[in-house]
Amino acid sequence: MKEANLDRRDFLTKSSVGLAGLAIAPGMLLFDLAHARDLAHAPVLNEPVSNKVRWGMLIDNNKCESGCTDCVTACNTENGLSGGTKPTDSQWIRKVQLKDTLTGHVSSLPMMCQHCEHPPCVDVCPTQASFKRADGIVLVDKHICIGCRYCIMACPYKARSFVHEVLTDQKPDVPRGKGTVEACTFCVQRVDKGETTACAEACTKAGHNAILFGDLNDPESDISKRIRTVASTQVRADLGLNTGIRYEGI
Amino acid sequence: MQSKTFSRHESRYFYALVALGVFVVFLGYLGMHTMEEHGHIVTGMNNQIVWGIPHVFAIFMIVAASGVLNIGTIGTVFGKKQYKSRAPLSGLIAIALLAGGLAVLMLDLGRPDRMIIAATHFNPTSVFAWNIFLYSGFFTLAALYLWTMMEKRMNVWSKPVGFAMFAWRVILTSGTGLIFAFLVARQAYGSALLPPMFIVLSFAWGLAVFLVVQAALYAWNGKVLDPALLKRMKNLLGVFVISSLYLVAAYHMTNLYFAKQNGFESFILRDGGIYPMLLWAGYVVVGSLLPLALIYLPGLGNTKMVVTASLLVILGSFALLYVFIIGGEAYPLSIFPGFEVSSSFNDGVIGSYTPSLPEILLGCGGLAIAFLISIISIRVLRGLPHDVADATAMNDD
Repeated sequence: MKEANLDRRDFLTKSSVGLAGLAIAPGMLLFDLAHARDLAHAPVLNEPVSNKVRWGMLIDNNKCESGCTDCVTACNTENGLSGGTKPTDSQWIRKVQLKDTLTGHVSSLPMMCQHCEHPPCVDVCPTQASFKRADGIVLVDKHICIGCRYCIMACPYKARSFVHEVLTDQKPDVPRGKGTVEACTFCVQRVDKGETTACAEACTKAGHNAILFGDLNDPESDISKRIRTVASTQVRADLGLNTGIRYEGI
Repeated sequence: MQSKTFSRHESRYFYALVALGVFVVFLGYLGMHTMEEHGHIVTGMNNQIVWGIPHVFAIFMIVAASGVLNIGTIGTVFGKKQYKSRAPLSGLIAIALLAGGLAVLMLDLGRPDRMIIAATHFNPTSVFAWNIFLYSGFFTLAALYLWTMMEKRMNVWSKPVGFAMFAWRVILTSGTGLIFAFLVARQAYGSALLPPMFIVLSFAWGLAVFLVVQAALYAWNGKVLDPALLKRMKNLLGVFVISSLYLVAAYHMTNLYFAKQNGFESFILRDGGIYPMLLWAGYVVVGSLLPLALIYLPGLGNTKMVVTASLLVILGSFALLYVFIIGGEAYPLSIFPGFEVSSSFNDGVIGSYTPSLPEILLGCGGLAIAFLISIISIRVLRGLPHDVADATAMNDD
């Protein structure tokens, strides 16, 4: 009887451990998977963003081709914008043609929300609808934006648009709404899945490689390595906003 | 008391005026409703000029609301008896103007239905958020101020409350100036001169509104304003108009001093088409020099001239605000200094703006709200000033 009892106890112990293992293993596996994505410097959906990451962009003005608007088209497609260019249409990214008034040198570059560290739009927003995520992405909370447009007045980059009309056929993961303000979101819906922005992807696909997106806080990221080795500038650096987007070759 | 002041005949006029006011408020509602239904696409505003004619109306009323209380301040804080008897009237007009201005500002929002969010989500770094606090405080203090003046037992409190009101409205108008003074993005704004400029403008605009309302009230009641008092008030308006001109000039001169602002100043002062025209012809000539002539030229300066001068000052204020707000936004942002720029988003291009009917109606609706609140409250609360000679006057000390 004693032996049988021991066997039974032994059996119960071993099977309990086995069952526990079976129950926990898939969870652990998911946990590991999740962390594997974190290792790729991409926060995972449902996980809080942290300021360990600061998303940024380096745009090489010399590589940006004058007539090319692939980044603009990709942005419009990704975010469900009409692509219209009336003064009342939303344009989250635009190509700006520059001509140096002294030398006559002509170039072009994409311009969008610069995702400032000290964004004037966030300072002036009366309801805190304009906000900066811990990872540096500047966004508008569409639920509490009252449409006062003070942020558009305050933005030195003319990066924001006001939705002047009723919208139809919106993208489910890109909330927009009549009477609210919007701007480039760094394709937050893609970045949170570990992907790059639509404009950067389109520029690479077109073979220009003028837009480099990545984590400015990670010294080993491509963007960090690049800004260490080449001279890059911030637009209106005099304002001291520490923009997340830097330009090379202006 | 009312039957003594207003005969049945006058009553009929009163109700006709109320009906007119209600009709214009209704027109304003139609304008607002169109904007709400279709979005701001039905206005002239766009992504370059985001604040338009509704803001001209709104800021005029908010600035004038603060200025009109100056009359009360001169009476209660600085102890001038003849002004003291006008303090209740100034308080009533101030509340009416602020209500009208805020109505326009709020109904122009992209999402006016979310107005309550402005109270539930407060951003301490936003001048707009501060102003929401300042406006509600202004209403409360103005109501308290009126109470201390109208209720005999509360009279002793009218001086301290008057002081608080004085401080509050100076801060409030500074806040209105700061909305623009803190904007570094656009060349027209971001100047420390703007808060004091708005304060002095408020003195002139508020007094002009007060003089028009006072003249209408006196004519309505068949009374004649004491010529000595008229002279004092018109001279005060003159001083305020000159001070305003000085500060507006100083603002443009300091801008000219900074080399990088030259482009903007030549746009506003010379090359910008409608804007320099409105500034020089509208604000400087019609809104300042002409009123000054009507006030100071020998042989002029009677009631009619003073009312005309006041109306011209009000007209000039609209011209100045149009240039300041819309002209200031129309000039392109200097994103790349030293470069000529062009893009699909109108970079480097002067913004175009034509006010549309719905937004003009909204602005007029706000004026009508101020008008309605004024005439009804003046009638109900007996806001007509009773001068010192009138021994039974309730407001004399």
